[in-house]
Amino acid sequence: MTQPSANALEGLSGVSADWSADKQSFAVPWGKAMMWIFLLSDTFIFSCFLVGYMNVRMSTTEMWPNPSEVFALDVGGKSIPLLLIAIMTFVLITSSGTMALAVNYGYRRNRKVTALLMFATAALGVCFVSMQAFEWTKLIVHEGVRPWGNPMGAAQFGSAFFMITGFHGLHVSCGVIYLSVVATRVLNGFYDRKGTYETVEIAGLYWHFVDLVWVFIFAFFYLW
Amino acid sequence: MDHNTNQSATNAGHAEGVQHPLTIYLWIWISLFVLSTGSYFTDFLDRGMLRWTLIVTFMLLKAGFIVAIFMHMAWERLALKLAILLPPVALLVLIGLMSIEGNYTFITRLAAFVH
Repeated sequence: MTQPSANALEGLSGVSADWSADKQSFAVPWGKAMMWIFLLSDTFIFSCFLVGYMNVRMSTTEMWPNPSEVFALDVGGKSIPLLLIAIMTFVLITSSGTMALAVNYGYRRNRKVTALLMFATAALGVCFVSMQAFEWTKLIVHEGVRPWGNPMGAAQFGSAFFMITGFHGLHVSCGVIYLSVVATRVLNGFYDRKGTYETVEIAGLYWHFVDLVWVFIFAFFYLW
Repeated sequence: MDHNTNQSATNAGHAEGVQHPLTIYLWIWISLFVLSTGSYFTDFLDRGMLRWTLIVTFMLLKAGFIVAIFMHMAWERLALKLAILLPPVALLVLIGLMSIEGNYTFITRLAAFVH
């Protein structure tokens, strides 16, 4: 008698038998491994945007608008460079900290504190997106920046800016919805019944990644 | 269903292992604030080697702290670390190729449009 092996099956049932074979490479919950793999693919998407931005900035013969002047804010008649962007950076870092604490309290099975910290994280996310909306409005309405041109210099500035920050803002917005859903479930005891708080950690991975991407955008788009 | 029972058994074991003291998160949090303040102040430097070196240093330190501590990568097994951290290294090739290409386009444009 030979053991029936997955190899014996052909066609589509063979495919499903091969993929569902009893093998595991990563000693983590499958949801966590899948989130990491999704984040890896997202890394490549954001990298393509940033590399594309590098390419157009290097190849243009016109002056690249100076970000520290474009994104300056007037406070009491004085122009402070990159003020709004700095505040947005601190808001996002604060939200990353509250998320890290939420994961920690989740593993301590502290339902209320976990949910509270996650709602705080989502609220800071909303705050970030609102400031981004303000920044876009200022750029479009008051400074006349369009994806195809702007009064300050190289036309590619607008397309790179709207593409990169727009895609990041979309990630933050999705994260706010994602965190709110998970936090609501934390609060109503869903994960106590399930017996594990790993979903909080997986949501945390996504949120920290959004902060991670902002670190690179801040360095390469706003400061460079 | 059998599979599910197995899964939650491993998860329970996993959950016990991931309790770190809060102090490490607070220290990383403070470091991220300090590093961000540092990178904000690079904006007051002239564009040159010093500015670019500082921007990249602060950026890499912040990214390292977030991935290693906040995303728990430091406590994962090597198999997962390699699977996630190694593939992005290929991006260096893309960056290299695109900077050569960008430079070439720039020189071609200068030769064709600027006299």
